[in-house]
Amino acid sequence: MNAPYLAPGLPQPAPAPDGLDAPFWEGLAKGELRLQRCRACRGWQWGPEWICHRCLSFDLGFEPVAPKGRIYSYERVWHPVHPALKDQGPYLVALVEIPGAGGVRLVGNLLGDPRQTVPLGASVEGVFERHDDPDASFTLLQWRLLD
Amino acid sequence: MNRTLRGSVAVAGVGETDYFKRGQSPDPEFKLALKAIIAACEDAGISPREVDGFASYSNDRSDPSRLAAALGCRELRFANMQWGGGGGGGSAAVGNAAAAIAGGLADCVVVFRALAQGQFGRFGQGPRRKAIFGDGAHTAPYGLMSPAQMFAMKVQRFMRQHGVGQAALRAISLAAYHHAQNNPRAVMHGRPLDEATYDNSRWIVEPFHLYDCCLENDGAAAMVLVPAERAKDFPHAPAYLLGAAIGAHFRAGAPVHNTPDYATSTFKTLAPRLYEMAGVAPGDVDVLQSYENFTGGVLMSLVEHGFCPPDGCNEYFVKERFLAPDGDLPLNTSGGNLAECYMHGLGLNVEAVRQIRGQSSNPVPGAQVSMVISGPMVTPVSCCIFGGEATL
Ligand SMILES: [Zn+2]
Repeated sequence: MNAPYLAPGLPQPAPAPDGLDAPFWEGLAKGELRLQRCRACRGWQWGPEWICHRCLSFDLGFEPVAPKGRIYSYERVWHPVHPALKDQGPYLVALVEIPGAGGVRLVGNLLGDPRQTVPLGASVEGVFERHDDPDASFTLLQWRLLD
Repeated sequence: MNRTLRGSVAVAGVGETDYFKRGQSPDPEFKLALKAIIAACEDAGISPREVDGFASYSNDRSDPSRLAAALGCRELRFANMQWGGGGGGGSAAVGNAAAAIAGGLADCVVVFRALAQGQFGRFGQGPRRKAIFGDGAHTAPYGLMSPAQMFAMKVQRFMRQHGVGQAALRAISLAAYHHAQNNPRAVMHGRPLDEATYDNSRWIVEPFHLYDCCLENDGAAAMVLVPAERAKDFPHAPAYLLGAAIGAHFRAGAPVHNTPDYATSTFKTLAPRLYEMAGVAPGDVDVLQSYENFTGGVLMSLVEHGFCPPDGCNEYFVKERFLAPDGDLPLNTSGGNLAECYMHGLGLNVEAVRQIRGQSSNPVPGAQVSMVISGPMVTPVSCCIFGGEATL
């Protein structure tokens, strides 16, 4: 297993206490991207809501979708705002749109050289990054450019 | 009934405390609020006891009932908080106060903002707790947690889509620092900035250099608003509110960077409403204060308020255009959030009023239409236009 992209010690994601995004995190733990989809109108939405903003149905579920996307925007971070990143150096955060889920967007890191040039619209695929912590284990979804 | 605020309310007084670097205020936050309110009342020539309402934003911690008790206000008739973080509520608080006055709820409303980041938490820091849930769980573990990092993502896309170069952002920063050199209140007074210093400054997060980011300060600012029919009872030339707009576009608050219109300052739906109420066009604006959390927000704000087409930024954003007194559009003439003080942008409204009075440290001669754009890229945002006597 590859080392995590960012240095250890950052906040660890946990499902919301109200359960709203729990299926997302359960999916990542199983190596599957699951996003919210309305059972009434079949529209995707993200982040999760209790109601479908299109048809106002409360009948929402989560469905698996292939972790394939496109770079919608990105940024190269230099200044560490968290002590865990003090010696990290520059890193890339990407905003990835998922055409297979109505174009909703996810935030993740873009793997590879942190100084690389990133073209908007470039195709990326998801990489599941597992963290096994004695207190809590979780999985992040990272991205790498496809050629 | 013609529903408008145009010309119905005036600013009679403005004031602020000394401005301090973050954590260096000798006074706690509530005392700063009191001092700014007293300064604004003195400027208006009234007793604080006459104040009957308060309006603020961004969860200001100085509670109106406590302020009214501390100041001995005879009666409290309006206590208003504009929802939303950041500086997006600066002109909204002015609009809310004016609406209360125009609607007959109150007669003398103070708009204020007080900030002591040393006493309370800092804005630019990531969360320290180990487990995180909610929206932050989808961003913080990837190292996206500060305001600069949230907004760089929007600005990067806008700049890439429209081929905007770094020099456009630099022009905004240079203009602010230029104006601060004439403003003795400015934290960056005596600390000029040139092109090379900007270019050589470190990246915070691309496309923001250090000098593209606002300061962090302690202090307070306040304004006294009264009905227009009383506007001439005060010592200074009144600044009338010509218009205000508050809000955001469709699903601007969609979580985790999912607003449909993403690379925006959030003003596309507000700007037409503002101009319509104020009865002015972009070409009528004599002087502009545009909130700089980050320069990229100013860039998109000016585009969305019709000063420059999105594909014309490289030609439009040059320093000289933004300098008082002779530039086409004098911008952030006090030094703004970058170089005067980060008072969550209320200092920009104060400066806009001073321009109409001819009391700015960088006066624009004959300025009658004075505009403020508050808190780009957050939701809700707000903007307003003040006018001198000649605009009524
Ligand atoms: Zn639906």
